[in-house]
Amino acid sequence: MLGFLARRLLLAIPTLLGVAVITFLILRVLPGDIVEVKLRADGGTVTQEMVQNERVRLGLDKPVVSQFADWMRGLATFDLGNSMWTGRPVTQEIGIRLALSAQLAVMATIVALLLAVPLGTLSALARGTWIDGAIRLFTVAGLAVPSFWLGMLIIMGLLAFNAMPPLVFKPFFDDPWSNLRQLFWPALAIGYRYAAVVARMIRSSIIDVMGEDFIRTARAKGLPERVVVGRHGLRNAMLPSITVIGLEFAFLFGGLAVTEQVFNLNGIGKLFVQAVTQRDFVLIQTIVMMSATIFVIMNLIVDLLYAALDPRLRVR
Amino acid sequence: MNGPLLDVRDLHVEFRTRRGSVKAVEGLSYQVRAGEIVALVGESGCGKSVSSLALMGLLARPAGRITKGEILFDGVDLARLPESEMRKRRGRDIAMIFQEPMTSLNPVLSIGLQLSEPLMQHRGMTSVQARERATELLTLVGMTDPERRLDQYPHQLSGGMRQRVMIAMGLACDPKLLIADEPTTALDVTIQAQILELLTELSRKLNLAVILITHNLGIVARYADRVNVMYAARQAEGGAAERVFTNPSHPYTRGLLAAVPRLDRPRAAQLATIEGAPPNLVNPPAGCRFAPRCTHRTEVCEADPVLFEVEPDHLVRCWHSNVAKTPPEQNALSEPSAAKPALPIVKAEALTKHYAVRSGGVFSRMNGVVRAVDGVSFEILAGETLGLVGESGSGKSTIGRLLAGLEEPTDGHFSIELDGANDPAARRRAVQVIFQDPTTALNPRMLVGDIISEPLRVHKLARGKGDIDARVASLLESVGLRAEMAERYPHELSGGQRQRVGIARALALEPRFIVCDEAVSALDVSIQGQIVNLLDNLQQRLGLTYLFIAHDLAVVRHIADRVAVLYLGRLMELGPRDEVFANPSHPYTRALLDAVPVPDPVVERNRGSRTLKGEIPSPLKPPPGCVFHTRCPIAKEACKQSVPPLRETIPGRFVACLEA
Repeated sequence: MLGFLARRLLLAIPTLLGVAVITFLILRVLPGDIVEVKLRADGGTVTQEMVQNERVRLGLDKPVVSQFADWMRGLATFDLGNSMWTGRPVTQEIGIRLALSAQLAVMATIVALLLAVPLGTLSALARGTWIDGAIRLFTVAGLAVPSFWLGMLIIMGLLAFNAMPPLVFKPFFDDPWSNLRQLFWPALAIGYRYAAVVARMIRSSIIDVMGEDFIRTARAKGLPERVVVGRHGLRNAMLPSITVIGLEFAFLFGGLAVTEQVFNLNGIGKLFVQAVTQRDFVLIQTIVMMSATIFVIMNLIVDLLYAALDPRLRVR
Repeated sequence: MNGPLLDVRDLHVEFRTRRGSVKAVEGLSYQVRAGEIVALVGESGCGKSVSSLALMGLLARPAGRITKGEILFDGVDLARLPESEMRKRRGRDIAMIFQEPMTSLNPVLSIGLQLSEPLMQHRGMTSVQARERATELLTLVGMTDPERRLDQYPHQLSGGMRQRVMIAMGLACDPKLLIADEPTTALDVTIQAQILELLTELSRKLNLAVILITHNLGIVARYADRVNVMYAARQAEGGAAERVFTNPSHPYTRGLLAAVPRLDRPRAAQLATIEGAPPNLVNPPAGCRFAPRCTHRTEVCEADPVLFEVEPDHLVRCWHSNVAKTPPEQNALSEPSAAKPALPIVKAEALTKHYAVRSGGVFSRMNGVVRAVDGVSFEILAGETLGLVGESGSGKSTIGRLLAGLEEPTDGHFSIELDGANDPAARRRAVQVIFQDPTTALNPRMLVGDIISEPLRVHKLARGKGDIDARVASLLESVGLRAEMAERYPHELSGGQRQRVGIARALALEPRFIVCDEAVSALDVSIQGQIVNLLDNLQQRLGLTYLFIAHDLAVVRHIADRVAVLYLGRLMELGPRDEVFANPSHPYTRALLDAVPVPDPVVERNRGSRTLKGEIPSPLKPPPGCVFHTRCPIAKEACKQSVPPLRETIPGRFVACLEA
């Protein structure tokens, strides 16, 4: 088991290295750099010398290869560098926003599962009836409606009922009530689409599983239908859904620029857009590497969950 | 009082489908007493399984329902019982075990939990009590090390062991009736014998009534007390097993008995067959269901026959039951295996195929080697059929795949004699394969004509639509299908027709050598005979050479000229068919032959049981010395040490046994 974990973590290194190289190259190919953006924003006259000095200060004058080497050396020693724009350490820039995005991802996943598991199961069991039709309509709508648009509807509704959530983010452990009131609505807006994806997955896998021979065996034992579906059906049917849930979750961690904008949340998504417009290479690289790492870890967790749920996949 | 435990009266079951309602069971009546084994026999789609799912209240809802009739079980009519009441009886009073032990157990739950479920449900046991009882049950069904088994999962058990677990699960709450739906169809003959012996023994010991659903008449003869033959949703014949077998009175029963190749009878030149196929049950023909295929058909058959009592305890649904009693003619052996010019077309020399087992992933290590085929040498002569038999895991299919060029041998080599060119393409043309399951071996999205002509187009052997169509038509005709079939999709054909298409596809390239990999195993008895005869005729007409891989020894005896017996990737015995079957030299060959039941209760009663103990060991760790010594009844100390070489005992007969 430990050997398996170690092997998988070792395998993550080439993956992440690949991500690093591609991100780095794309950023250097893009026209413009932070110095131009920054100095133009300052206004006034900009001399060639000022541009040169700033480039030297940020290390942008060095050859591309040595810039990459510097970055890699930093990553290896967990020194992620400072934001080129603010000069503060990127860890500090990302820190609080990651807390928000992570919490949003967890809450959206909870909302999604609470909706998707019962809806997907019900839809499968009532296949072909009006209940199934209604649920499928609801899930298709979830796929079709963009989260940010649903977000705007929610905000308009909240305004109409004079129930505006707090605008300033308070970490959960400082002020849970304010925190939850603020994040519940965006979690709902994001969770709806998420739920739709998962519910459709669960529906089709339950339909498959309920046709399996072992379900007939379970019924032949005289088990009540509730146990047949819950113990014998769902556990098998959850397997393919877990992959989807894991990937969605990792995706949410990376932030959702537009939805954050709608709810005026300072999440990773917003920070990332800002970093791109400012050509803040260090910040962009760090956020991309962080997302990639989260994807790799989520994949590993999904595999471990698979092994936990399906004894056939356990490593001997 | 000694009334029947189960009394099925005039049972009718219907399925509503988009194409109309299918009358799956019509007017089935039979009784089962405690301690009795009653068989339901018939071909696929005859209603035998559906009728027992109806007993269990497990018909697929909402499509299937009981439209008429009574199912009196212990005096209660199950057909009218509400689901909640029925559920209490399922698993407690009536239990059922199914055909596929591989898929009938839940792969993600432990054996212990699955065994405990009915106990906790019906007996209100705690999980600790249930576990204790589960251990007892596993011991009852003859499993070793029951405590450890409880914590294992289905994938860690062999097919035979899984079926034992299914039986244990069925017996958990001491049911009065056990329904076994083709319980051994997916298992090897030796394991089949073990499982059925176990069921018989349990039935005696626990006074358990058993309904045994099967298509295998040999099983009925060996194990059943009473038998009901079903054809196209109706009961054709029924009564005490002995009476039905000694005096089969329905033309269908007689046809079935004649169509089964038997090990205890002289080999006939051609298998008797029942022409045609069972009717479609959406719009069945009026009158006797069997009339369109019946050789005794007269005008009266246009009216529905009733069940006649031909003798006490023996009912037959046929107008001619007392007239048409010509015994099934045994067309005697005509060709005394004429000495053919014997030039070897295939020569295999120490053929070996090992599969490395890895732990998966990039940094994986080699965990072991599966010795699928381990140094097998043989020759196949031009124009002959070499039968290859053995249990699953013996490596017989691997040999077929090697010869067909679908796999590369790890070691050793083989040559195939070709006339003319010897390039890879010519080789592919000269060797073809007919696969086991015609349903999955044909691409469902291709027309039959395209399936058959694809090899012609790939090898550029026919050009232009006219040419291709003509070739397809003549190929279809040569396998007994009409040319119009080219315009159909595989799912529009019956199983037998699909296998004919598979044969036509193999013939398209005019091969010299065909590997038939379990080519008739998936077919019903009456269809199987047709296909075997077709293969025989094609061989004579086209001068083909066959490697006929099968687990059914009787079929192999019918079609093969010589037989090779394989065990754990090694050759045990090789010799001319008649000699090997009449006088097997290797104890494994003898055990295989003993395990095959013969469709005659009188013969069966006098045979006594000599089932082979244990199961085939893992090819990952084959036993040292003679690979068969762990199960061999005559193994000596020396067998554990040295590997017996394949030696020629009499000219043409080879045996790998120290004791033979």
